[in-house]
Amino acid sequence: MLSKQTKEAFLGPLNANNPVLVQILGICSALAVTVQLKPALVMGISVTIIVALSNVVISLIRKSIPMRIRIIVQLVVVAALVTIVSEVLKAFAYDVAMQLSVYIGLIITNCILMGRLEAFAMTNNVKDSLMDGLGNGLGYAMILVIVAFVRELLGSGKLLGFQVIPQWCYDHGYSNCGMMLMPAMALILVGCVIWAHRSINEEKK
Amino acid sequence: MAKQFVCKVCGYVHIGDKAPDSCPQCQQSNCFEPMKKGVSTDSNAYTITYATILVVIVAVLLAVVSQVMKPRQEANARLDVQKQILTALNVDFSNSDPAALYEQIVEEQALGDKKLFIAHIDGATKYVLPLKGQGLWGGIWGYVALDEDKNTVYGINFGHEGETPGLGAEITTENFRSRFFGKHIKDAQGRLRSVAVLKPGKAAEEGQEQVDAWAGATITSTGVNDMLLGSLNEYAEFLNENVNEEKEVEDAE
Repeated sequence: MLSKQTKEAFLGPLNANNPVLVQILGICSALAVTVQLKPALVMGISVTIIVALSNVVISLIRKSIPMRIRIIVQLVVVAALVTIVSEVLKAFAYDVAMQLSVYIGLIITNCILMGRLEAFAMTNNVKDSLMDGLGNGLGYAMILVIVAFVRELLGSGKLLGFQVIPQWCYDHGYSNCGMMLMPAMALILVGCVIWAHRSINEEKK
Repeated sequence: MAKQFVCKVCGYVHIGDKAPDSCPQCQQSNCFEPMKKGVSTDSNAYTITYATILVVIVAVLLAVVSQVMKPRQEANARLDVQKQILTALNVDFSNSDPAALYEQIVEEQALGDKKLFIAHIDGATKYVLPLKGQGLWGGIWGYVALDEDKNTVYGINFGHEGETPGLGAEITTENFRSRFFGKHIKDAQGRLRSVAVLKPGKAAEEGQEQVDAWAGATITSTGVNDMLLGSLNEYAEFLNENVNEEKEVEDAE
């Protein structure tokens, strides 16, 4: 059904070639939206949709793009898609759009997008590019969700806005870790995930 | 017509009907592919035309999307403001249609170039004033509902563009909002003083009432403090009008 190359384009970025863990791309937004789980989820989904769509568009027109302005062409395509997604969110999911505010617009500057367009979509066919975009988007979303899960749980005792650490614990001296709400903790957590990821992959080799 | 073939390895161009088996320049075999037809994608004319067409297509696309989505977005924005005002008035709209409820109790009035919302709840009149200020990362705003005496805070609501989740963003929570309920924005002499937002332990100036700032969100809390002071001062004329006089004018009309 799916050729080996297509499969690899999709599965590679989920694990062995994860954009955040291995290529260390998109770290900036990983810090900004991972204090709570909900914005992290929406951000992950938005990035997945935009990477996949822009990969498809660029792959479709890759043979006609003048080499000298290819980065600008990629940027225009990404910017247009981001604007459309932002407009659609404002029309159909107003609350979420308000919550993410500037971060939707800042997807344009997410390094993963330009990286995938330049490294993959420019030289591969539409099907592979679509899978590569989905894989990279989901690989990115996965890390956001892991980091946001830990930060929201330990930082405010909640998950998706619901209190999960019972009042009983607070009564017996437990308190939320305020450090988790600071951007620096996102970096440290991403570092921990990279550490775990590398040690597991080393064992396999 | 003769075709052109280009060597993938060294770029040697062969002109003829068929690709040669091996490249005369780099000695590789089976390395030729047909040259792309049409204009070269590297020429200046092509580049400029391409850029122009691309930009026009994208512009048209964005304009269409924007026009199609606009009515929905505006409706959403209006509904959002209505919900914020209802929240400031401590009206629960979770079980009813907020737009209908808003129509029922709130009346909008222009005050010069400013807006004033007058609400009637259980026979009492409340004045709702919009607030606007700066937080840590971007704009913050809100609505404050005052009792008929234009002094007691009946309710308040805050919104923000992108304050830090878990810290500055907590100003929208019930916990923070309820700190303002029942506070007075005027001192004993009836002068407009606003309500100070201060770190616990700090005391406001004499005659001014205060609430505790949100711990860990100093700059956002200071922003709320400045926003209240600034926005209330803009309405100073309205707030300082004698309440009884105001009533007589209304009756006369």
